[in-house]
Amino acid sequence: MLIEVGHFALALALALSLVQIVIPIWAARSGDAAMRAVATPAALGAFGCILFSFAALTYAHATSDFSVQNVVENSHTTKPFLYKISGVWGNHEGSMLLWVLILALFGALVAVAKESVPAVLRANTLAVQGLVTFVFVLFIITTSNPFNRVNPAPLEGNDLNPLLQDFGLAVHPPLLYVGYVGFSITFAFAIAALIDGRIDAVWARAVRPWTLTAWSFLTLGIAMGSYWAYYELGWGGWWFWDPVENASLMPWLAGTALLHSTVVMEKRDALKVWTVLLAILTFSLSLLGTFIVRSGVLTSVHTFATDPTRGVFILAILILFVGGSLALFAWRAPMLRQGGLFAPISREGALVMNNLFLAAGCATVFVGTLYPLLLEMLTGEKISVGPPFFNYTFVPIAIPLLLIVPFGQTLAWKRGDVHAASQRLFAALGLALVVGLAAMALTWGGPVMAPIGIGLGAYLVLGSIMEIVSRARGYGNSRSSKPADVMRRAIGLPRSAWGTALAHAGVGIVVLGIAAQGWATEGLSVVKPGQSLASGPYSATLDRVGPRPGENYEETAAFLTIRTLNGDKVGTLETGKRFYPSRKMTVTESGLLTVGASQVYASIGEVMADGSIGLRLYYKPLVLLIWLGAVVMALGGAVSITDRRMRVGAPAKAKARPLPPTAVPAE
Amino acid sequence: MRTLRLPVLALGLALLAGGAHAVQPDEVLSDPRMESRARDISSGLRCLVCQNQSIDDSDAPLARDLRLIVRERLKAGDDDTQVRDYVVGRYGEYVLLRPVLALHTLLLWLTPILVLGLGAFGIWRLARRRAVAATPERLTALEEAEIAALTKRE
Repeated sequence: MLIEVGHFALALALALSLVQIVIPIWAARSGDAAMRAVATPAALGAFGCILFSFAALTYAHATSDFSVQNVVENSHTTKPFLYKISGVWGNHEGSMLLWVLILALFGALVAVAKESVPAVLRANTLAVQGLVTFVFVLFIITTSNPFNRVNPAPLEGNDLNPLLQDFGLAVHPPLLYVGYVGFSITFAFAIAALIDGRIDAVWARAVRPWTLTAWSFLTLGIAMGSYWAYYELGWGGWWFWDPVENASLMPWLAGTALLHSTVVMEKRDALKVWTVLLAILTFSLSLLGTFIVRSGVLTSVHTFATDPTRGVFILAILILFVGGSLALFAWRAPMLRQGGLFAPISREGALVMNNLFLAAGCATVFVGTLYPLLLEMLTGEKISVGPPFFNYTFVPIAIPLLLIVPFGQTLAWKRGDVHAASQRLFAALGLALVVGLAAMALTWGGPVMAPIGIGLGAYLVLGSIMEIVSRARGYGNSRSSKPADVMRRAIGLPRSAWGTALAHAGVGIVVLGIAAQGWATEGLSVVKPGQSLASGPYSATLDRVGPRPGENYEETAAFLTIRTLNGDKVGTLETGKRFYPSRKMTVTESGLLTVGASQVYASIGEVMADGSIGLRLYYKPLVLLIWLGAVVMALGGAVSITDRRMRVGAPAKAKARPLPPTAVPAE
Repeated sequence: MRTLRLPVLALGLALLAGGAHAVQPDEVLSDPRMESRARDISSGLRCLVCQNQSIDDSDAPLARDLRLIVRERLKAGDDDTQVRDYVVGRYGEYVLLRPVLALHTLLLWLTPILVLGLGAFGIWRLARRRAVAATPERLTALEEAEIAALTKRE
């Protein structure tokens, strides 16, 4: 019964989102405030209905209700409870339901957020958001219904794919979806502005917290997925340039560009048309990601179902939103008035460069991902575009982008001074050079790119620190180097300044982690109990091979002791092979030993009859920095959201807004 | 055994394949330098029966066969290019994870440069046009005369 009510609630959400589209648009035309206000309860109602329907499906999974097809296909009575819950979105239907749940949540948040958003803009935004919700709920109901029953109900389910029975499934998709779907809000705002034909700093300020939220979650989601891949895959890679990874990287790159261009728009009233285009593109790329993953057009294990009706439906959604919004853009964008002027050497100029490189990077990933498909369709030729291509093309775009980051945050608005900025960055540049050279000297004869990367990462981190320090010291007459003054001023700096510095330092930390992988080592051998295998500065001794207990699998594990090459014990780790009887699948679990930010990584291979095993042992120096850096980046985003001007909101009359004094580095 | 490909991170839930051990200890060549060349070459060759996986990462029997072929060719004295050409000759261009630069892949390889170039050109054009638009026009002779007349009267 609960399942049927859940199904009905979904249908009700469809109807409510239709109300959310039609009434506000109509009201915006007729200027009827009471009718316009209908958007808020409609958005809240749609969210409530979808939440109920999601809860109903979760209940069915939690209680292993095998009269529901979705539960039969993805659950099993012996499955641990955590995976019964995360299994709700470990399948196509459930993950789409999570998708619309988050979509409706964002819609509801816009509806209740106390912002000084002009009423018409808000009504239009909610209507666009309603349209997105409507289309996706329709998609679920017509092609991917999770509430179908089976009769008679089987006694046991088919279980969730063992590869998904991991803590990663509990966190990675929700984080990623909040990121993806969060960009629907910026999209809705952009379309609303185009419908309205007006866009200004108020718009930019209203959009910024949403963009920051979506971006921070997307950053965390991608990082979490990368870490999950790293420890699950068994060979320690952290990025594979797989189409589905690229599907999440593209909106991230576009979203990063959007984040920076809205700053220019908010502070300087410039780059309006471009910002609107970016907002449209970012969400379009999120939709493209959905299409790539859900349609199975670039087949990969991520595709649960290769059902053509779903693919065609999503393609139709893609065409509707991307085509429709771009057409609207082409028609209305020329009406948007261009604002503030700036010199090429200025913070705006640096942000334009940032956008240029991010757009080029995004285009490279886009073309690289879809080119094989298009080429095969047009000429029948089959080619592969894999990691070596992306490393050759993407990295040369990323490096100049990273080089201008510290300059960008140091340069003044409107007209900057490269000389002064270089002077301020002199310490960071010098120190980073020393760090890079030291790394090169210490590892002479090793990889060449690694020390360069270390220098680059250090430059980014130090540049961020210097930015905070020099702003806290003050400029000109108010300059002070007294520690008490500096501390007081540092604390008093706007949160957005701290957020920027943190996020940029986070990028530097990621770069350090990536660069250090140049020194990663790998050992591979067949070992018997008592024998050792060395890799880098550590060696692993196989103590024994034996069973390890598990709830719903049988596991053979290798128990290893890790020592330094001098023989000092560092710790122990276990790696095993799990056999899941329900699906008759074997999965390898890697073993990790963390030493500082570095890891020793072991994975078991074949277990021979004589008790020896194939063993892989990796030493991954500073590898945790890759994901810690991403966390720092997301933290920077979160700190930025708490900035005073986000809480206060823009005064209603602000049109040609003067520079807010708090955020300008006085020259 | 893991025959699926694994990456993570996706819109849809990631499926990660469980552990791996692509290269087996018995495949490793005794000459470490030659082995590292073999690893290098294999990481650029696609496992044809897998999804987006190189033969260096794959457990599939076909990937193992290819790894052995690569090592045999190296032992026979081929250089890296000859080994790649040999594999391409047998399995076609699809096997290369880094596509060749040729007419049919020109657009693919040129995209980064094109976008950067066109973007930079667009920005330059726009900046110039706007700078020109922002420069106040010179007064006409008539206006100059008017001003002269006004200041004279003062």
